Amino acid sequence: MTSVRVTDLVKDYTLRSGLKRTRLRAVDHVSLELVPGRTVALVGESGSGKSTIAKILTRMERPTSGKVDVRLDDGAEVHGAAYRREVQMVFQDPFASLNPFHSIEHHLARPLRIHKRTRTKEETRERVLEMLERVNLTPAENLAPRRPHELSGGQRQRVAIARALAPGAQVLIADEPVSMLDVSIRLGVLNLLGRLQREDDLAVLYITHDLATARHFSDEIVVLYRGRVVERGPSDAVILDAHHDYTKLLAAAAPDPERPGSVAADRGPVDRDAIDNSVCYDHFAGEWREAGVPAAETKERTA
Amino acid sequence: MTNLEPAVEATAADTAEPPAEASGDAPVRSGWRMLLPTMTPWLATGLVLIVGITLFGLIGPFLVGDPDQIRDMGLTGPSAEFPLGTTQIGQDVLAQLAYATRGSLEIGFLVGVLATILSCFFGIYGAYRGRFVDEAFSLLSNVFLVIPGLPLVIVISGFVPRESRGLWTIAVVLAVTSWAASARVLRAQTLSVRNRDYVAASQVSGERPWRVITVEILPNLLPVIASQFVFAVIAAILGEAGLAFIGLGASNSSTLGTMLFYAQNGFALPLGAWWWFVPPGLMIALFGMGLSIVNFSIDEIINPKLKNVRLHRRQARRAARRERRLARSSRGAAGGVPEPEVSDR
Repeated sequence: MTSVRVTDLVKDYTLRSGLKRTRLRAVDHVSLELVPGRTVALVGESGSGKSTIAKILTRMERPTSGKVDVRLDDGAEVHGAAYRREVQMVFQDPFASLNPFHSIEHHLARPLRIHKRTRTKEETRERVLEMLERVNLTPAENLAPRRPHELSGGQRQRVAIARALAPGAQVLIADEPVSMLDVSIRLGVLNLLGRLQREDDLAVLYITHDLATARHFSDEIVVLYRGRVVERGPSDAVILDAHHDYTKLLAAAAPDPERPGSVAADRGPVDRDAIDNSVCYDHFAGEWREAGVPAAETKERTA
Repeated sequence: MTNLEPAVEATAADTAEPPAEASGDAPVRSGWRMLLPTMTPWLATGLVLIVGITLFGLIGPFLVGDPDQIRDMGLTGPSAEFPLGTTQIGQDVLAQLAYATRGSLEIGFLVGVLATILSCFFGIYGAYRGRFVDEAFSLLSNVFLVIPGLPLVIVISGFVPRESRGLWTIAVVLAVTSWAASARVLRAQTLSVRNRDYVAASQVSGERPWRVITVEILPNLLPVIASQFVFAVIAAILGEAGLAFIGLGASNSSTLGTMLFYAQNGFALPLGAWWWFVPPGLMIALFGMGLSIVNFSIDEIINPKLKNVRLHRRQARRAARRERRLARSSRGAAGGVPEPEVSDR
């Protein structure tokens, strides 16, 4: 069991155009917590900082400031190679996240070997087949020697999920795991993720821009807008009782099957710059707070 | 994911995914096959040229006499005893050609390997590390790119005393002056490959940098590396011939270039002794042509435009085959004579 506590994460990118340098704050004082067995959905539009948070959590990027604290059950902090074992990621595009040159078996065997989960070749092979079966890829013996291009998108994403779990990961970052898949197989992959989470008691960060699946598959929703958290709370509360303008906009943008013909465009163009991302509604506290400031200093605010 | 209704695992959507593909007895194709060019008449011509000349260089020297043996018959044209005639001092041109081909191939291969190693290191490693290392390596290869190759080679070869100017010296000199262009090509390719998700995924799973480079990135660059290697071999053989022709070749080996050098010194052209200078010249030209043709075929794999053409061709062939099979089976049912199977490979 491993939990992650992210405190006041800030990531600045330096943009250069000619001699001018400007700073872009992609993530601005974001705090969140991942607990075993629970799913936190990170919702927001493109460029809101979702993927940057994923990259920082998987240590592909260094945060400008802030802290990512990964702890085991006994309170021991996770460092170095162990971090790679504990925190794993499922990428968005299953057509890009598997190496076209290597077999499916290679993709699953490498993490096992790196983290010394298996000792011998035979043991590794056995484990690879076991893992393929675990993500419903059968017959495993038949699929293991294949190349990624011989598999469908859904099958590839299952392989990617198996790979992420291969080192024995307890924290899973799923960066839009179904957005590149056919609508018809999305549910299957999400249900698979759900089952694996229950079996292994995983802490999951589900990154998406799709409010409907976020509500369905997560316990908590954190809404990001331009790098700041603008609303957080239990998933039903955030969706059904949206307080922040941006969350309302997101909720309205999702087509509602019960109201045919209803689309968000009905309400006319929205002035996005007018949306205020300096305040955040916290459903747990039931109050407005300041956004984009260190967590310890957030004061209650009336919006 | 607590909002799930229980036991929704095996939903219709889950099973709707095509499982047939997985369970069939489809042949397991290796990744290497995707890297091999399709066999075309052009490729076959190139391969025949290369293999023929290589065999001549490997086996020829054992079948001919001593190339340095001097006879008092002077310059004579082709005859039954000497199929390619003799030189001014009565040396067998065919024997010389065999040894010279071996020498040129040796140097071409050696330089090809050295230049490829250098360009892989500076191109791939630099691009993978990025930032300062990339900038430094780029600068270095740019500098080497603008240094005029042949003059530098002449200067270096001229600087090294003749006694110590062996095969390796010439090979190193040629390799050092010729790696830069392919390093730039490899750098560009690596920049594109290293940003793919599968590289990030292997980093996230804890793979060491050298393994990411050699196991995840390098195989995807193999066609490019092969093509750069072929170019390096051509350039090396030509470069060495040029050096040897002006008398700066390796002192202890005979190559096609040294043959041309002696032919020039022996006034082969004014004397009309075509059998002395045409064979080595033709050998260089044919080998270069063979390598270039092979390179064009490799280009089919690298060049995205041609790659699609190749895929479409494959699909068309497969469709044609299926159609033939259908036609055959329907005719077979009608009692007709089955058409002989036409192989498409």
